Amino acid sequence: MTPTLTISHLTKRFDGVAALTDVSLAVAPGERVALLGHNGAGKSTMMKIILGLIPATGGSVTVCGAAPGSAQARAQVAYLPENAAFHPALTGEEQIAHYLRLRGMGAGLAAELLDRVGLGHAARRRIGTYSKGMRQRVGLAQALIGKPRLMVLDEPTSGLDPVSRRDFYALLDGMAAEGTAILLSSHALTEVEARTDRILILSKGRLMAGGSMADLRRDAGLPVQMHLTAVNGYAPDIASALPGAIRTGADLRLTCSQDEKLDLLARISALHPKLADVEIVPPSLEDIYAPLQPEGRPMIRRVLATASVEFRIALRNRWVAIAIALDDGVFRWSCRRRGPRRRGNWGRTGCR
Amino acid sequence: MTVASLTSLSVYLVPLVALLMSFDAVAGEVERGTLPLLLTYPAARVELLAGKGLAHLAVLSLAVTAGYGSAAAAALWTDAGAVAGLPALWRLTWTSILLGATFLGTGYALSSLSRRPSGAAGLAVGLWLGLIVLWDLGLLAAVVADGEGVFATAVFPKLLLANPADAFRLFNLASSEATAAAAGVGGAAATIPPWQSATSLFLWPVAALAIAAAAFRRVMP
Repeated sequence: MTPTLTISHLTKRFDGVAALTDVSLAVAPGERVALLGHNGAGKSTMMKIILGLIPATGGSVTVCGAAPGSAQARAQVAYLPENAAFHPALTGEEQIAHYLRLRGMGAGLAAELLDRVGLGHAARRRIGTYSKGMRQRVGLAQALIGKPRLMVLDEPTSGLDPVSRRDFYALLDGMAAEGTAILLSSHALTEVEARTDRILILSKGRLMAGGSMADLRRDAGLPVQMHLTAVNGYAPDIASALPGAIRTGADLRLTCSQDEKLDLLARISALHPKLADVEIVPPSLEDIYAPLQPEGRPMIRRVLATASVEFRIALRNRWVAIAIALDDGVFRWSCRRRGPRRRGNWGRTGCR
Repeated sequence: MTVASLTSLSVYLVPLVALLMSFDAVAGEVERGTLPLLLTYPAARVELLAGKGLAHLAVLSLAVTAGYGSAAAAALWTDAGAVAGLPALWRLTWTSILLGATFLGTGYALSSLSRRPSGAAGLAVGLWLGLIVLWDLGLLAAVVADGEGVFATAVFPKLLLANPADAFRLFNLASSEATAAAAGVGGAAATIPPWQSATSLFLWPVAALAIAAAAFRRVMP
């Protein structure tokens, strides 16, 4: 089957600084792919290139058989930006109606779409009164318009409560079952582990690992942990039979590599009468993910980054437009002042 | 007389109102964070600008019509002979809308170039001050200094026509033959035929939208 999205040797540089380096991947129809990575790893940059919002420096990208950002590609791709924002003066229904019209569809579908994302009750309220989770749902509703062939979702579940997240993934499952390819980024490792077909890990603009959860575990070669609970009084016996086990009271902990796992299990089951319980803990996605990430920045840089962000927010919160009108020699002026503005994306400025 | 005074007033107010409506068009979307999503939709950038322009022009036309309409009603109320001025008022109305369209387009261009509403507002006020106030003052100063030289006879009329606000003023004053009421630059209206100022008035909105589209195309969200 032809992939919906193909990226080969993609490179992006901002003023000489590499944001993405030699990234290649493909997403097939109906496949759900999660993109993981630290802040500034290049996830959003990659999505913006796929959408044609910014040009790539090198490599090639094909979206639904067309160039990213071309009219043909835009007609078949849906996007949910990180921190989806809408005009605060519009109601949810008006906003979705606007997006429906931009896709050449009837505005009457707006109410139905908002119902699908659980926002039917607030459809006629202004978006300015919505919570972050509700704005996120408006964003999701617009991404569902017109059965797109590719959905690009930038941290779609941020701001959603656990129940909404489950509903959200159920919606995605439905879209994928109808053949929509889905590329989403997330920081919530545990949820993408269960809800996507494939996981890609980006670090400092390079694709570090990719594959299903089982592939990632095998490739990472991380040790498996076993927790044994001894029947009363047998703990010392078991500890001597299994060298390397760490004993705390009646509990014992063992680690082994993926290859030794089965042999060790055989030896453990031979001790069966003395054992009350055995638990096997495979390496979690966090364990696979953490060593691939760059080290944290020094404290001073974090403090400075926060300070600069706060400074910008303070400057931007209020602005004044002064209009001067001169007519027939009479000097008139009017001053328009607006209250605190919407919170923007500046929180991430210091991350690059 | 009424039309002449309305012309002097409109030449300040119409561009100002148009710039105030348009300076937020692109920069505001960038600041609110709504632009990236909008640009992933099938609508082309020039279509988005045209849509915004159409809506703003409708609002502006409404304001202009209501404003001139009430002035006309007041004039007719006090003097039945004012009916004779209606063709001139109609001319003032559609030229005001063309002038507004020009400054809407320029406002979009400034909005795309600055990408921040505060910066765009500053640029808009600066442009207004430059084109509407300082341009004429500069030209008058040059004419006074040059006397009857090449500048006053050849360059000066062209510079007047190059400025959409001056073209608007020239066209309305020349057509309504009310030049006597207008001081300063208006006096030049007598020497420039109306078809030239009308051409300038019609070309500017198209040029402004083209400049705005070129500037918007360069915006990377």
